[in-house]
Amino acid sequence: MSVLLSVEGLSVSFTTYGRRSQVLHDVSLAVPEGAQIALVGESGSGKSVTMKTIMGILPVPPAKVEGGRILFAGRDLLTMPERDRLRLRGTAMSMVFQDPMSSLNPVFTIQDQLGTILKYADRRLGRDRDRRGRRVRILEVLAQVRMRDPERVARSFPIMLSGGMRQRILIAMALLSEPRLLIADEPGTALDVTTQAQILKLLKDLVTENGLALLMITHNLGVVRQTCGYTYVMNRGRIVEHGATQAIFEAPAEDYTRNLIAAVPRLTGRNG
Amino acid sequence: MEFLVFLGRRVLWSLLVLFGLSVVIFTIARVVPGDPARMALGPRASAEQVQALQETLGLNRPLWEQYGLFLSGLAQGDLGRSLLTAQSVNVDIARTFPATFELVLCTIVLAFVLGVPLGVAAARWKDRWPDNLVRALAIVSAVTPTFFLALLLQILAGYVLNILPTTGRLPASLPFQADITGLLLIDSLIRGRGDVFAEAVRHLLLPTIALGAATMGQIARITRASLIDVSRQDYIEAARAFGVPDRLRMFKYMLRPAFVPPLTITGLEFASLIGNAFVVELIFSWPGMASYGVRAITQKDLNAIMGVVMVSGVFFVLVNLLIDVLVGVVDPRIRIRGARA
Ligand SMILES: Nc1ncnc2c1ncn2[C@@H]1O[C@H](COP(=O)(O)OP(=O)(O)O)[C@@H](O)[C@H]1O
Ligand SMILES: [Mg+2]
Repeated sequence: MSVLLSVEGLSVSFTTYGRRSQVLHDVSLAVPEGAQIALVGESGSGKSVTMKTIMGILPVPPAKVEGGRILFAGRDLLTMPERDRLRLRGTAMSMVFQDPMSSLNPVFTIQDQLGTILKYADRRLGRDRDRRGRRVRILEVLAQVRMRDPERVARSFPIMLSGGMRQRILIAMALLSEPRLLIADEPGTALDVTTQAQILKLLKDLVTENGLALLMITHNLGVVRQTCGYTYVMNRGRIVEHGATQAIFEAPAEDYTRNLIAAVPRLTGRNG
Repeated sequence: MEFLVFLGRRVLWSLLVLFGLSVVIFTIARVVPGDPARMALGPRASAEQVQALQETLGLNRPLWEQYGLFLSGLAQGDLGRSLLTAQSVNVDIARTFPATFELVLCTIVLAFVLGVPLGVAAARWKDRWPDNLVRALAIVSAVTPTFFLALLLQILAGYVLNILPTTGRLPASLPFQADITGLLLIDSLIRGRGDVFAEAVRHLLLPTIALGAATMGQIARITRASLIDVSRQDYIEAARAFGVPDRLRMFKYMLRPAFVPPLTITGLEFASLIGNAFVVELIFSWPGMASYGVRAITQKDLNAIMGVVMVSGVFFVLVNLLIDVLVGVVDPRIRIRGARA
């Protein structure tokens, strides 16, 4: 399998009030085409910063990429022209946001929000699709994320939908432009355990159905066990351990990983 | 449908507010010392004359009965007779209110139309010079008393620079009857009188600035804070991650969710605006309700007091109702919650 995303020696620092602190130290990881890879670590270890750097949505400043490369399909995202980068963002690589309550704009309908995203994605890719074509595609992805009544959901404002439904819309948002890589940052952690399990199952199914590569970011190792074959463990901005998920679970090399495993809530482990 | 429920609630609420206002003002007006009949007739009138007038006015009846009379008049749209002008209060107010209405309305529109873009600029260039300028402006305008600003403008623009008129709505040399809507800006246009329109604008300028500066500063400040708050929301970051262009993010995805606080503050500011309008009107000799209202209060002209207060109250309530509707249009959360609650 060829490598789709490859992060090599990535270092990122933040400067706030004149004080510089390094948040990522020489981070390397690889996501093969169509594979499901996990990045785990306790809260504050730098997972979201990694994700934002890959997506190119790091706030610069205060953030600064100190070094490293991020290869996507063989091209370095950090040195490619901004135009090319924009063409990839939200299209070939897109992300599932974490918090379904705060990641949708409260004053626009789902149709409106997905429509705007699709319109500009089409424009960047030079694709020609009119309003009706966009609507068809939106209803299609809404059905894909198992919405029972896509028409009604499309007309709704976020406040009219449950947390689980909103999270599924965030997934639909990521699928709109047929990405090759999906990055999910703590999907569903804001939801109750049962709904979260359903979301993870859905994500896994969608990824398999569509042959997407998935980079799953989480602080919950229980989530990883059912979803991902390979796991990277991050601690204070460094990758401290990586390997087949099964092997890591059976024989963690680091105390830090052992603690993460010990912290897995029993319930989530069962119904992934 | 949900919007109608939301609106119905707001209307009921407004009626309640007006009712409360009428009770409070009615009581206060009658409880403060001083005999309206004596004041109206003057010190020379005999005790019998005073008593006769008290009886015609119903002043010797119990308070709740007087209130009942007032209400039944109000229900028929009759505010009663003024003791001072000896005219129907309806007529007095119809004569003076349009000028006040025009002044206050222009002020609020101007404050909003200027305040919001200033707030947007401040948020867009946060911590740079436009932001500092707007923040300084907001603070200075907030701490400057209206009467002081009014006098300052009058002296500066009126007398020192001599570029703008400082009294009235129109020059004496330009007779014009605003007999359609009562608003000079509109009536002059309907009649095709560009000269009157231009003069009306020139006359409105100073009073409007004096009255609206503080409100504009507040609106700018609130718009700025609201936009900065929204800009930190996850959904803005998400829009960015999905490649929604900068300009669209600023003006669609951010401005609309951020729009409710400035609208709300405008409604709240409106109360102090009506109060300050009285001051500004007196300073600029604006032929509005102010001088009528002030005289009514000092002379205890009960019906006139109630008339001025109730008309101001209805004005306030209607503007806030309009703002509620706008808020509901802008933000579905409020509309939906408002219908459910
Ligand atoms: N905008 C920012 N400014 C300063 N420091 C930040 C910022 N975002 C993240 N950090 C720092 O980076 C570190 C990693 O954060 P993050 O990647 O969000 O952790 P997590 O693994 O929980 O997702 C934290 O110590 C945090 O303080
Ligand atoms: Mg995080």
